[in-house]
Amino acid sequence: MKPVDVVGSAVANTFRSRTRTILTVLAIFIGAFTLTITTGLGTGINRYIDQTVAEIGAEDVMTVAHQADETADDGPREYDPDAVAASGIGPDAPGAAQTIDPITDDDLVTIAGIDGVESVEPLKQVSVDYVQHEGGTQYAISVGSFIPGMELVLASGEQPDAEASEPQVAIPVDFVEPLGFDSQADAVGSVVEFGVTDATGAEQVVTAEVVGISEAGLIGTGNSASPNTALTDELYTAQATGATGQTDVYGSAIVTFDPELGEAATQALKDDLDEAGFTATTVEDQIGAFKSVIDGIVLVLNAFAVIALLAAGFGIVNTLLMSVQERTREIGLMKAMGMGSGKVFGLFSTEATFIGFLGSAVGVVLGMAAGTAVGDALATTMFADLPGLTLIAFDPVSVATIIVLVMAIAFLAGTIPAGRAGRQDPIESLRYE
Amino acid sequence: MSTPVLRVEDLHRSYGRGPTRFEALKGVDVEVRAGESLAIVGKSGSGKSTLMHLLALLDRPTSGSVELNGVPADRLRGRELNRVRNETFGFVFQQFFLTPSATVLENVILPLKIAGVGRAERKRRGMAVLEQLDLADKAKNKAIDLSGGQKQRVVIARALVNDPQVIFADEPTGNLDTTTGAAVEDLLFGLNRERGITLVVVTHDEELASRCDRRITVRDGRIEASATATATTAATGEPGRPTEEVAA
Ligand SMILES: Nc1ncnc2c1ncn2[C@@H]1O[C@H](COP(=O)(O)OP(=O)(O)OP(=O)(O)O)[C@@H](O)[C@H]1O
Ligand SMILES: [Mg+2]
Repeated sequence: MKPVDVVGSAVANTFRSRTRTILTVLAIFIGAFTLTITTGLGTGINRYIDQTVAEIGAEDVMTVAHQADETADDGPREYDPDAVAASGIGPDAPGAAQTIDPITDDDLVTIAGIDGVESVEPLKQVSVDYVQHEGGTQYAISVGSFIPGMELVLASGEQPDAEASEPQVAIPVDFVEPLGFDSQADAVGSVVEFGVTDATGAEQVVTAEVVGISEAGLIGTGNSASPNTALTDELYTAQATGATGQTDVYGSAIVTFDPELGEAATQALKDDLDEAGFTATTVEDQIGAFKSVIDGIVLVLNAFAVIALLAAGFGIVNTLLMSVQERTREIGLMKAMGMGSGKVFGLFSTEATFIGFLGSAVGVVLGMAAGTAVGDALATTMFADLPGLTLIAFDPVSVATIIVLVMAIAFLAGTIPAGRAGRQDPIESLRYE
Repeated sequence: MSTPVLRVEDLHRSYGRGPTRFEALKGVDVEVRAGESLAIVGKSGSGKSTLMHLLALLDRPTSGSVELNGVPADRLRGRELNRVRNETFGFVFQQFFLTPSATVLENVILPLKIAGVGRAERKRRGMAVLEQLDLADKAKNKAIDLSGGQKQRVVIARALVNDPQVIFADEPTGNLDTTTGAAVEDLLFGLNRERGITLVVVTHDEELASRCDRRITVRDGRIEASATATATTAATGEPGRPTEEVAA
């Protein structure tokens, strides 16, 4: 029998006892449907995280700071007037209460000398008292650190230009109306003032052009004002006016490296920095923990779906065992007519695989439809504050994987009845009543 | 004389083991010559079907030898054995063994499908053989919708479609009324005469047996007598002892 005829006969046989086939397909459908949704959940959330990573900063930078003193257990720590609050990339970083040694110009030279460091820039941290538009109400605002390569999710306007010599800023969408703008379009292109307290306690004002309106992000920089390099420098200078001690010390530095060199090279660079007394954190490190939690949850959900599929597998075993029983004489006849055991096995295992294909194809298609509908609905209601988050998303590879996985389970389930059919003796089968 | 199509010698076949062991064939010698029609008769349970299955290489003997065209059958393994079953033999069983939900044509071309013949060629040969048996107009009907006689003709068409050398028929008319049975018999003997297909028929029916060139009678697992159609059964052989074939 030709392979094409084996498949053709198997498909035809599948529809011979329609009710039984439909019920078996239904069981597989439930498993495949669930697996599609849970996998889609993982894809959707991780895709959003990846997008957030791009927002936080480029992949080729790491934040470098002095290692925190490991003296927590040794009683109260002595006050160090030069100590700065530790902070990672982005504003509002948690754990800011811990203090570490500041990065000095000497440290920058040391870091620049380490193998694998392409460039090092101090991360200038500025704190702004308020933001104001044309003498209107003053609002408190935090200012993020601008890292080249960072991409904001914008509601309108453009990304602040790192190269520009004029100070530019992107303000969060929440500030548009309070600052007195009629619309986002109205805000883009206008000028806002930032109030900064300098080292002597005097008030300094820095103006900047609004070039973009940023959307709020999950953990991104969208919740604070995002300045370009020129604005950061101006704010920093204003802040440092009249300072005596801490002028050229920074909380952390941004090191650029080549991520193309691979995981090992990146790790080696981190180790070297560690030896020199610094901690280095890549964007991936920051986001990695979050991702592994999501992956863990999705894995557990997927496990439930796979359990459902295994149960459906027993349904296939049952269905086909009944088929083999019913078709005993037919199998005997085919063998008497010279059909080999392997082909008989192939016929029944193909039938099982086809049942698996039917269930998974229907499950995946409906799962994608339902998942997309639910994801879209949630995106405009529950997650309206997190634009760009599609809770359930699909990529072709994982969808194809589900179909192949289900077909593999179905095939394995089919080997039991198919094996029985293949071993059947033609004479006994023909005598079977 | 040319080598017989099939020859079995000192054939034993027993079922089960230990105290329930049952010897269905107790040393049987038979020759089937090319182009002849041979009737295997005997009481129910005497071992006729068992013998036929061994001749048709569907079963393996407990001891003894089976030769096909002079070649020992136990040399045939797997693929070759399947080829012989598919191409050399055609089967007509007492029950029809048709797939009820499939069409008449699909049922008939099953051996060709197993042989791996292409779709177009299958259809051509299937229709040709249905034409021969006056069933062309039923080709697209479901097998279950046919009458008993039509079903048996479909079965014969299926046995015939791959141009076999030998057709084995186990009680081909057992399920049919006299008239229809006679029509099926005419069909089988016609094929035997006109196309030289060797016919091995297992039957209870004295009338059918007498139409064959030769008959062998099985009793309690032994060949009791063999005779040409013209000779009387009682004239030859000693009961209970296998009798050597004498060429006619
Ligand atoms: N698989 C088996 N296991 C045990 N005994 C068997 C088996 N097959 C056949 N027999 C026995 O072998 C003997 C011969 O059986 P066989 O089917 O050859 O008889 P038969 O001559 O064809 O009878 P009938 O005319 O009724 O079809 C019977 O007694 C039967 O019970
Ligand atoms: Mg019988």
